[in-house]
Amino acid sequence: MTQPLLSVKNLTVEFKTRTGTVHALENVSFDIGAGQIIGIIGESGSGKSVCAYTIMGILDRAARVTSGEILFEGRDVLAMRRAERNQWRGAEASIIFQSPRTALNPIRSVGDQICDVIARHLPVPAAEVRKRAIDALRQVRIPDPERRMKAYPYELSGGLCQRVGIASALACSPRLLIADEPTTGLDVTTQAVVMDLMRDLARARGLAVALITHDLALASEYCDHLAIMHAGHVVETGPTTQVIAAPRHPYTQRLLRSVPSSVTCLADLEAIDGSLPDLRRNDLSPCRFAERCTRRLSTCDAPALHLENSGPGRFVACRNPL
Amino acid sequence: MTRATLDTLRYNLRENRLNLVAFLLFALILLCAIFGPWLAPYDPLQSNADVALQPPSAQHWFGTDQLGRDLFSRVLTATRLDLTLAFSAVILSCTIGSIIGAIVGYRGGIVDGVTSRLVDVLMAFPLFVLAMAMVAALGNSIINVIYATAVINLPFYIRLTRTEVRVRRDLAYVEAAKVAGASDFRILTKFLLPNVASPIVIQASVNLGWAVLNAAGLSFLGLGVKPPTPEWGIMVAEGAKFITSGEWWIAFFPSLALMLTVFTFNLLGDALRDILDPRMRT
Amino acid sequence: MTDLLATRDLEMHFPMERRSFLGPRDRLHAVDGINLRISAGEAVGLVGESGCGKSTLSRLICRLADPTAGEILLNGRSITDKSAAEFGRSPLRRQIQMVFQDPTESLAPHLTVFELIADPVRRLLGVTDKTLLAKTVRDSATAVNLPEALLTRYPHQLSGGQKARVGIARAVAVNPRLMVLDEPTSALDVSVQATVLQLLDKLRRERGIALLFVSHDLTVVRLLCQRIAVMYLGQIVEEGSTAQVYDGPRHPYTRALLSAVPTLQPRAVKRQRLEGEPQTPINPSPSRCRFGGRCPIEAGLCIEKAPDLRDLGGGHLARCHFA
Repeated sequence: MTQPLLSVKNLTVEFKTRTGTVHALENVSFDIGAGQIIGIIGESGSGKSVCAYTIMGILDRAARVTSGEILFEGRDVLAMRRAERNQWRGAEASIIFQSPRTALNPIRSVGDQICDVIARHLPVPAAEVRKRAIDALRQVRIPDPERRMKAYPYELSGGLCQRVGIASALACSPRLLIADEPTTGLDVTTQAVVMDLMRDLARARGLAVALITHDLALASEYCDHLAIMHAGHVVETGPTTQVIAAPRHPYTQRLLRSVPSSVTCLADLEAIDGSLPDLRRNDLSPCRFAERCTRRLSTCDAPALHLENSGPGRFVACRNPL
Repeated sequence: MTRATLDTLRYNLRENRLNLVAFLLFALILLCAIFGPWLAPYDPLQSNADVALQPPSAQHWFGTDQLGRDLFSRVLTATRLDLTLAFSAVILSCTIGSIIGAIVGYRGGIVDGVTSRLVDVLMAFPLFVLAMAMVAALGNSIINVIYATAVINLPFYIRLTRTEVRVRRDLAYVEAAKVAGASDFRILTKFLLPNVASPIVIQASVNLGWAVLNAAGLSFLGLGVKPPTPEWGIMVAEGAKFITSGEWWIAFFPSLALMLTVFTFNLLGDALRDILDPRMRT
Repeated sequence: MTDLLATRDLEMHFPMERRSFLGPRDRLHAVDGINLRISAGEAVGLVGESGCGKSTLSRLICRLADPTAGEILLNGRSITDKSAAEFGRSPLRRQIQMVFQDPTESLAPHLTVFELIADPVRRLLGVTDKTLLAKTVRDSATAVNLPEALLTRYPHQLSGGQKARVGIARAVAVNPRLMVLDEPTSALDVSVQATVLQLLDKLRRERGIALLFVSHDLTVVRLLCQRIAVMYLGQIVEEGSTAQVYDGPRHPYTRALLSAVPTLQPRAVKRQRLEGEPQTPINPSPSRCRFGGRCPIEAGLCIEKAPDLRDLGGGHLARCHFA
């Protein structure tokens, strides 16, 4: 079994706010293999974005990683010094954000911004930097890349802006790309083009991609593996087809049944009653879905609930799995 | 809503010491204004030639002026007048300016264009000179000082309210109000103005500092307040004559009071912005 | 069945900045020649992507803006002969209500939930008696499954799903005949979306309220609506029953749209990706099909003559020479 490219182990993150400490992530663990596309699925408040930001090291100042490791090819990223981390971020791992136009600097041309990224990580002369930038734009299938280098973000459509975002993220050929809700706000036809592009690039370069999204249908079309998150926990992981065809965690099942494209008539659509537990409480039960779960047992309140192996490549954190 | 504001207030005062200082200073100045005349150890108008031009001492904390009047009592008593001038002017210009700005910002079009150009014209004048001209033209009295100060502050409120209303008039909850059959007047009074109140209040508190300075400046030049009324501006004017002869305290202490007051209002404005601006809440 | 609402050649053109001092102004064709019909108690889905004009059309139908040409008929009588402001003052205002996209932005932050629902009731139903008003508000809240305890809260104290329900309660409280919903679930989590959709369906069936559901999400529209109209660059390019449009799309744009929508169940739709940039909505050519430049089956005819909306039989309409 080859070592996974990225291995998150028992990551626990807290935020200090004026109304209490938010237990944003607890014992989050998952692996990403080289060249795999993994979908990290969760609704609002699940902690999926916090996960992404912790991996990249761009968390808010109020956040604290209280335990866990993030191993990138065996090296603990959390233990890196600042200079090493800055170099790692961009050259070995990269991130693209939602709202592509706001992720770009509005007063600088697109070409300048990509050149910046390249120049910061690769010690090559300026002419070479520019050549690589044009090449990066060409790789994301932007027509007429030399001319587009001079364009400003406001001149480009949302889809083009996101492609520029991808270009600058991949400019230094990282091995891991984290895409945080990259298609929110894009038209569905544009979304399809951008996602196809990401998948093609990933396959061509052996790039590992972590797609953070709330759209289960989108993940089912593009991801090899899924990690389902709920209220700061990873509740289930496994190959996409298996997780969707035969979910093991009750939350996964309820989530699947609430997706409109999974039912044929409105009456079959299911909502999940109740709401997320308040993550500021200090008495949170080990299973944070227990309050809303229809399969709850008395053993569900027992401490030490971990992800357990339930088949080849499948893990579930549940005492009464399906 | 007020509960949430109080909570934020309490949190903010705990976290940011400067804001606490701002509120304490403001409370101090307010107390001086309200209770000044009773707390003053001497009658501010009582002249006593025997003790004229005395430097600060145990009997006269701020010393005495050329007529033997206790400076501390005068500075303390003047607080009330100066604050009254500032508050009156600011309340007047804030109310009228906000109403004009709200109507203009909501309507847009020609009304907006014309009003904005008029405001531009007004702001093209050196405002203090304009105030001087107004007082000189209308007559040398306290009420005219208030009017003049109010007029030159009008543009700020018109512009501020206009912008804030313009930003909000296309928001969904305004459209929702229209769908619910609300008239323009209702939309302005019930939906827009309550939301716009915060930035106006913040502007007003900073404005108070400027208005005090303005009133004092006019008095310094002999416009508005007449001697022997204790007022910081006049006192600085009187004291200026004595600086070169070494009696520095006559001008110094009123200036200090002015400076402290303006400083307090500026700090207060910052503090209020921290507390009221929803975007800055954690 | 007589139509509850019908639009005739409805048009909304926005004038743009003049390019030269006395030259003609460019016009942005946001909505062009729309003939849409909604029957009483029917749910019609209006689908399209950004820039297609669906939001503008929804605001026109809700009489928040005046069209530049064309008319809107409510129960056979024109409601565009008066201005939008006059409509707001007339008793017809309560017949058409709107539910907005962003529940956070559409609820005034300084008013309680009770006040937010009570405001239209007071104004449009003329209810001044306090007890009657309170009862109407409570009934409305119950109809949307909003707990009574929330009536004293402020919007920022509610969850996304609760806020969405307040928006619906407010619209339903005055008993309208038509509710225009502008992407009401796109800001909600998918697990909450189901509640809102089922609630809307229940209100439609029980109270006979027609729905105009504007959305970019075809999978949602398919579950809630009986008829679907697909918009592109200001025009309706395909219209028909849900089964006709979703299972048998005839316009190439609808096909591309359907193939792009990610679904959990694999579909039989052929995979199509649209290349090319869309045409501009500013001064579009009157003789060219507006889907040209991106259409996979574009031919010479498409550049010479813009297609009309043709009836393909059974109430299925498509704007394409080759449908």
